Amino acid sequence: MCLAIPAKILKIEDNLALVDMAGVKRQADIRMVSNARVGEYVLIHAGFAIEKIGEKEAEETLQLLREII
Amino acid sequence: MKFVDEFRDRAIAERIVKKIERFDSLKVNLMEVCGTHTMVIFKQGLKGMLPKNVNLLSGPGCPVCVTSQEDIDKTIELAKDENVIIATFGDMVRVPGTNSSLEKERGNGADVRIIYSPSEALRIARENPARRVVFLAIGFETTSPLIAASLLDVQKEKIDNFYIFSSHKLIPPAMEALLESKEVRIDGFICPGHVSVTIGSNAYKFIAQKYNVPCVIGGFEPLDVLQSIYMLLKQIKEKRTEVEIEYFRAVHPEGNRIAQELIDEVFEVSDVMWRGLGTIPKSGLRLKRKFSDFDAEKEFRPKTKKSKENPDCACGEVLRGVKKPTQCKLYRKICTPEEPYGPCMVSSEGTCAAYYKYG
Amino acid sequence: MDPAWFLLKAHVQPITNMVKKFKDNEKKILLAHGSGGKLTHQLIKSFVKKFRNLPLAKLDDSAVLKFKGKLAFTTDSYVVDPIYFPGGDIGKLAVNGTVNDLAMVGARPLYLSAAAIIEEGFSLVELERIIDSMNRAARAAGVKIVTGDTKVVEKGGADKIFINTSGIGLIDSGVDISSKNARIGDRIILSGTIGDHGIAILSAREKFDFQTKVKSDSQPLNGIVWEILKVSKKVHALRDPTRGGLATSLNEIAEQSGVGIEIEQEKIPVEEEVKGVCEMLGFDPLYIANEGKLVAFVPQKDCAKILNVMRKNRYGKDAQIIGTVVSRHKGRVVVKTNVGGERVLDMLTGEQLPRIC
Ligand code: SF4
Repeated sequence: MCLAIPAKILKIEDNLALVDMAGVKRQADIRMVSNARVGEYVLIHAGFAIEKIGEKEAEETLQLLREII
Repeated sequence: MKFVDEFRDRAIAERIVKKIERFDSLKVNLMEVCGTHTMVIFKQGLKGMLPKNVNLLSGPGCPVCVTSQEDIDKTIELAKDENVIIATFGDMVRVPGTNSSLEKERGNGADVRIIYSPSEALRIARENPARRVVFLAIGFETTSPLIAASLLDVQKEKIDNFYIFSSHKLIPPAMEALLESKEVRIDGFICPGHVSVTIGSNAYKFIAQKYNVPCVIGGFEPLDVLQSIYMLLKQIKEKRTEVEIEYFRAVHPEGNRIAQELIDEVFEVSDVMWRGLGTIPKSGLRLKRKFSDFDAEKEFRPKTKKSKENPDCACGEVLRGVKKPTQCKLYRKICTPEEPYGPCMVSSEGTCAAYYKYG
Repeated sequence: MDPAWFLLKAHVQPITNMVKKFKDNEKKILLAHGSGGKLTHQLIKSFVKKFRNLPLAKLDDSAVLKFKGKLAFTTDSYVVDPIYFPGGDIGKLAVNGTVNDLAMVGARPLYLSAAAIIEEGFSLVELERIIDSMNRAARAAGVKIVTGDTKVVEKGGADKIFINTSGIGLIDSGVDISSKNARIGDRIILSGTIGDHGIAILSAREKFDFQTKVKSDSQPLNGIVWEILKVSKKVHALRDPTRGGLATSLNEIAEQSGVGIEIEQEKIPVEEEVKGVCEMLGFDPLYIANEGKLVAFVPQKDCAKILNVMRKNRYGKDAQIIGTVVSRHKGRVVVKTNVGGERVLDMLTGEQLPRIC
């Protein structure tokens, strides 16, 4: 019910960040992901970052998806 | 796109389908609660890839679709006020109320603006100090924290021409209401990934424990959905009822604390009316008293004359998973995306629209 | 840190900025420019001067043209907002749009008419820019603008400027291209990436506060069509997927030819940034407008050589075979999705609205 897409953080200033989604840049409010850093990926929903995306976890997920059993 | 393209791989998809096919002895009804899941399933043609013994039901997770007729009529009333600018997410604009819609009112001169982010609604308020901006705040737990955050900004900036019409709803109570009604057999839930980002997997524990229905929180790429289905089948086969997280790259058991605190600061839980499900106790959010100055309902008191749903529209049953859109007598013949009779045909993630477009 | 990067407005297209510079001392269109008097003549002259060609220079009530053969004739109006956008402007669009409509029936575009409805108060400098742009586009496409008209309406009676263009072209003998002509077994070739124009316009509108480098693909397609016809006259159908996008064009052909169409999502080229905006707003690139792409329905036998010449043309270097015409599901388009599923691809219904859900 809620579209949210991955974006990379390019710059941070207080609660606002400049994020990049496949080359598209926009401003996003990051107050809900207080520990986010430049270079990390977050999920953007309606202009707000709602959570960080774990790179390691994403890798693990892909491993699980590839599993045969 | 990183974190997107990897999860749309054809070879892996085929592999997961093979794993699913191994459970051919299980005849199951799985419900995807969330409309965005419904969209992915249709857009990627996943139904056709699944074996016949797996039946997918679409749930009530489309915020536009579950908004009650009375609330829709109220937003239309609000739009008629010449001094009001309505700021809304796209899908609300075309939902038919009892007599009109926001789109029709816009044709009559109402100022209705479509936005992507609440921050744009704030900007409209700043740029139009002489007018009053009403933001139609619909959505589930994913959206309510950002509405809360925006409202706190409004308060801090002392913007005095910004109001919200709050029609926020909560997902777990609706899932419980569905199970209580016992109208359809649900053998497993694919729980909404982004709602769960906020509330965490713990919020569904009672469903697994009290109702013995397995839950898997799934992401929104096609591989995520297929994998969630596989995980549910595995739980069913092994007679486990747990809440598992397939989307653990973003969802944590305890959810997002900051988001939860934002909700708590601004909203309180209330009983609300859902289309198709009736009034569900403690299933909505209303503004706390200290924010009542921003409450569009209190400020404008929109009056609606006898709100009435179209009696032939089966949206309610569709939302409960009782009927497929094709079983509605208006479907396709009279009700189409160009001329929708119910919200399920309007919203891009509405089940009727999905059937119509991709069926 | 420079705070300006937050103000996405600061990233408006340079053209707009340049135009703004003239703002102070610029001359404006007055109602008198439409009165038929001296000012009207001045205005018309400014067009004539630019479009310099014989039939127009005569300034008769009609352009007189000589033809021999099968004619194609088309018209379209352009009301795009904003009038300047990355990759083009309303003038370029108005010329290329009509040139392309002619090219889509296999005609060689020859002559265009241009009529502008201008809002009182519109800047003369901007008007000149647009005329220049039309002129450049006409030259690039090798067509002449031989007749035209301007009307001025009161402020609010139009939005800045509306342009209508009509066009005439010649069809060579042996060429029979129509959206009714697609045949079972035909291969479907798409000339390049989709969605660029629609997304460029959307970002230029600045409504949704995001920046992209996406440019409109407004470009003339008569050259590439000419190249195609040189190697094979057996092209069955051509379409430039403008409003409603590729999905709508394919549906029209499926319906009018009474055939089924199957395409592969994977084969359809989409720019990364176009994809990004679509993911963000919940749009489908298949429904987004293009202004310089075409889909060709060609017999399998000629497919390879057609694809070859298309890829050699600058407007077709990303050309791809995206699907086939089939006898199943007549009148419908089916997409094979990235993950191997299938879905029906319908026409666009209503406008695409950004959604968060
Ligand atoms: S098809 Fe239309 S009328 Fe029928 S349930 Fe769906 S939205 Fe309602």
